[in-house]
Amino acid sequence: MWDYTEKVREHFLNPRNVGDIPDADAVGEVGSLACGDALKLYIKLDDAKERIVDAKFQTFGCASAIASSSALTEIIKGKTLDEALATTNQEIADFLGGLPEEKMHCSVMGQEALEVAIAKYRGGPVPTHHDHGHEEVEPGEIVCKCFGLTDTFLKKVIAANKLTTAEQVTHFTKAGGACGGCIPKIKELISEVLGAQPTEERKKPEKLTNLRKMQLIQETLEKEIRPLLWADGGDLELVDISGSEVQIAFRKACAGCASSGNTAKFVELKLRDLVADDIVVQEVEG
Amino acid sequence: MKEIYMDNNATTKVDEAVFEEMRPYFCDLYGNPSSMHFFGGQVQKKVDEARNRVAALLGASPEEIVFTACGTESDNAAIRSAIEVYPERRHIITTRVEHPAVLTLCRNLSKRGYRVTELNVDGEGRLDLNELRAAVDEDTAIVSVMWANNETGVVFPIEEVGKIIKEKGKGAFFHTDAVQAVGKIPIDMAASTVDMLSISGHKLHAPKGIGVLYVRKGVPFRPFMVGGHQEHNRRAGTENTAAIIALGKACELAGQWMEDENTRVKAMRDRLQTTLLELIPRARINGGQAERLPNTLSIAFEFVEGEAILMLLSEKGICASSGSACTSGSLEPSHVLRAMGVPFTCAHGSIRFSLSRFNTDEDIETIIRELPPVVRRLREMSPFGREFLNA
Repeated sequence: MWDYTEKVREHFLNPRNVGDIPDADAVGEVGSLACGDALKLYIKLDDAKERIVDAKFQTFGCASAIASSSALTEIIKGKTLDEALATTNQEIADFLGGLPEEKMHCSVMGQEALEVAIAKYRGGPVPTHHDHGHEEVEPGEIVCKCFGLTDTFLKKVIAANKLTTAEQVTHFTKAGGACGGCIPKIKELISEVLGAQPTEERKKPEKLTNLRKMQLIQETLEKEIRPLLWADGGDLELVDISGSEVQIAFRKACAGCASSGNTAKFVELKLRDLVADDIVVQEVEG
Repeated sequence: MKEIYMDNNATTKVDEAVFEEMRPYFCDLYGNPSSMHFFGGQVQKKVDEARNRVAALLGASPEEIVFTACGTESDNAAIRSAIEVYPERRHIITTRVEHPAVLTLCRNLSKRGYRVTELNVDGEGRLDLNELRAAVDEDTAIVSVMWANNETGVVFPIEEVGKIIKEKGKGAFFHTDAVQAVGKIPIDMAASTVDMLSISGHKLHAPKGIGVLYVRKGVPFRPFMVGGHQEHNRRAGTENTAAIIALGKACELAGQWMEDENTRVKAMRDRLQTTLLELIPRARINGGQAERLPNTLSIAFEFVEGEAILMLLSEKGICASSGSACTSGSLEPSHVLRAMGVPFTCAHGSIRFSLSRFNTDEDIETIIRELPPVVRRLREMSPFGREFLNA
């Protein structure tokens, strides 16, 4: 059984703002019966057409999809369109006290319906996924054919939620969750997004106290090394530091990988390069 | 809140009589049946009795019964044995609607170079025997076809399958995952073409953690658990004596309750089915035209999603399960419903009720009372449901 928070349960059992607004200013629709979830969002603006005075929804989907829709309408009521547009899927999840990672796509669906509604109201290009044939479609190449998701959309979600594995991307967007054919492409997109983030040039410090050295090793592993492993579906964990000896354990795809010895060597070179020349990396079972 | 348990294809209540039967074998009669002393010997006698009881339910001989840890182990043991016996054969036949215990193993073997044929089913979940006939050849090591489907309850014509394998197979083994069938419909191995058959204890009111692999006398068998002489060298490891004794009792009871299952339980299932179809528009039965287990009802409601139905039912104490994607964490609805070509609109909203002898007419009445408003409420919330309700 899903470990839903009390808030998710409560918003599922007593959803706020279910229904429609006959004279709505903006309507956003995402999803389809085939996808297994869909959301239709209605927005009513004040007379000045600036602020959202009412929002209603209809949702086809699981408990967390219904709760996320309910949360979305509560969050955006009273906001200006620009304020509402700044809503992230993480805010929807946080409003509910969190969602299981496998259910994060429900919060993304909420954010998306909002974007579609506002884009349609403003007459710009309509961001879309869940292939349901909008006239004007945000440019992008379809990556996930099963759910009709574009690279533009996926990169946006990867960057906004700092996703590092293909599995996470599936949980947040459904991409790769059906036939799995696009998983290699998703990994490429992750690398692209991660690689595009500005990384500061780091220089090796002259002299280090033990404490500072340990801090630096940790920092380097977190910022410089693990993201590179994530891109290939792997990971490592720091087990111990004793003097210059750094013990690491490989996780996920790296664990049991035939070339983990090379990876350990790579970690060592990187640490020698950025922290201290005498570092020795040891792979341990952990 | 009193629970109304209608998820017996997932697991069952341990019958009180079964529990009483096993109770002494933890703290008092804890001997090892292999020991030379009287203390182990008396347990050995009870294990033998259990073996006889299991064999009696199946119409088998006691020496054909191998105790395992679960249905999944039995399935794995059968298929792995067959490919060890026939190392030169590289073809396996199964179906698209098998339990993952079989399907995952076969798909893993296909990555290791085995040719795996997954037989299709029609819209009602029925096998195409001509496809099987065309697929079996001299390269086929084993055919693994389930007796009854866990999601829909659809029963396959096992003896017709066996006949085709014996005619065309040049000695290919025939295994059936009978986890859902045993205890629900009569099975007679003495008159059967099946070589190996899997049972799971917790599906017939025995505890979890005990299973059986039936291996027909004369069928060569290579164990994949080694390191002990137990079960005539066919499954190493000290016997789970209490659970074996429990399963024996459960099989004895299943034989006694078989008629009840196929009359009273079936009548309850049929009443639930008929009434729900009357009360809820745009509902359909998955596998409704096929021969089915007496206890299983898989019913689809269009325009709503299964997990939401289950959670609202759960609020009322009703326990069922779903073929929807959202309940499993996967993103696609059940592989069984997809293999049947059930439209997505229905697959996402499919609910399975699976009854047992412990269910009552009152349980059925409660579901008939509680379910229609749940479906209606979710349809009113769903954009597609509203379109339908307004039309």
